[in-house]
Amino acid sequence: MAIRKRSGEPGATLSSHADSILKDAHKELKDPARRLLGKRILSLGGLALLSGCDLSNDKSVNTMLRRISFFNDDVQALLFDPNKMAPTYPESMITRPFPFNAFYDIDDVPEVDAATYRLQVGGLAHGKRMWTLDELHALPQQDQITRHICIEGWSAIGRWGGVRFGDFLKRAGADTTARFVSLHCADNYWTSIDMPTALHAQTLLTLTYDGQVLPPKYGFPMKLRMPTKLGYKNPKHIVAITVTNDYPGGYWENQGYNWFGGS
Amino acid sequence: MSQTTIQPAWVRVTHWINALAVVLMVMSGWQVYDASPIFPAVQFPPAITLGGWLGGALLWHFAVMWLLVANFLVYLGLNIASGRLRRKLLPLSVRSLAADTLAALRGRLGHEDLSRYNAIQKLAYLTVIVDIVMLVLSGLAVWKSVQFPLLRTLMGGYDNARVVHFVCMSVLVAFFAVHVVMVALVPRSLLLMIRGR
Repeated sequence: MAIRKRSGEPGATLSSHADSILKDAHKELKDPARRLLGKRILSLGGLALLSGCDLSNDKSVNTMLRRISFFNDDVQALLFDPNKMAPTYPESMITRPFPFNAFYDIDDVPEVDAATYRLQVGGLAHGKRMWTLDELHALPQQDQITRHICIEGWSAIGRWGGVRFGDFLKRAGADTTARFVSLHCADNYWTSIDMPTALHAQTLLTLTYDGQVLPPKYGFPMKLRMPTKLGYKNPKHIVAITVTNDYPGGYWENQGYNWFGGS
Repeated sequence: MSQTTIQPAWVRVTHWINALAVVLMVMSGWQVYDASPIFPAVQFPPAITLGGWLGGALLWHFAVMWLLVANFLVYLGLNIASGRLRRKLLPLSVRSLAADTLAALRGRLGHEDLSRYNAIQKLAYLTVIVDIVMLVLSGLAVWKSVQFPLLRTLMGGYDNARVVHFVCMSVLVAFFAVHVVMVALVPRSLLLMIRGR
């Protein structure tokens, strides 16, 4: 390595910088090993540019990113405080109209027949396995005005009413020491949540929106509402609930959205 | 003086890790932003974003955040512990800032001695340190608005935390642009950040 005297004079100029850089570069290039390395760096960089190889499509990079996402699930489970409530808002702050959002167009919203509808409870539960809408309406109901936060970044405030999910799970004889609750929907959407969130006081099996029966676009006959989780974790048109210890994944989660999806 | 190291190894290592982390965070952040732009007029072309789609960009953003924060804590911790922060970035007076700004406008602000920062440099480096702290805090408020109620309130609510995050990103990108231009004007500073002297 070259060790030179740096000009101590205050008048040192840009050209002296250029000279010293050139001098350094010449010295470095005299060493054949370094020259080879220099060539390799140039050609590797050039190759990466020419082949259009980009980080987003590299398999090992994706595997690493998914692993970190699972690590982030654990971090979020640690951060999740079952006693911390999401903020609630006055009625005047409700977003009107509340946005419709799904992985399909509003014309493709599934139509569920209220009379023949049954909610199925499966997996690690030893209670009633089939629930009609009337039976669900007969359970104690409550209301919340909370903020729905979409993974895209936007948010909207809405008012949902229904049965506290923790109460429902207990009535259905669910094993609340199990790790997951998975939710399957009439529109073939599915997702799953952790048990602590399922038992959170603000997690509601909602049957109404803004005091009216939940309209199809917001998930008739029911939507699981969790103000502690992002929108894609709040499934609509639920037809089956499964309590399980096997990681169930989800529609978006299997494509790369973070599984915990807490807020 | 010729052989003294101006930028110790830990400064150079944390500087380049930070540079990498910032580039990845900003590019993936732009992709996330595009999913629901705060300002419809401001959108980022896919060619300068990272991740390919919202889900991919979020995987990058929430992976690289660990690198950014861990590296930043090491950088800040060593800066404070070693006294470098006090020695090189302080004191910063309004007077020296005014004098150096005037000199810069007249084209008379020299860069002969790279071991000392002028007042404008001090301000820029201190600003970007505070800016990264704000980026991390506003990012936390966006990510965990329910779990961090104090942070959420300080940021003016969830929606406003996104705006704070965006403004801090803009400040960082502006710093980055000026920083790179200055390095191009004073190439020895690049060498300095690579080999330390």
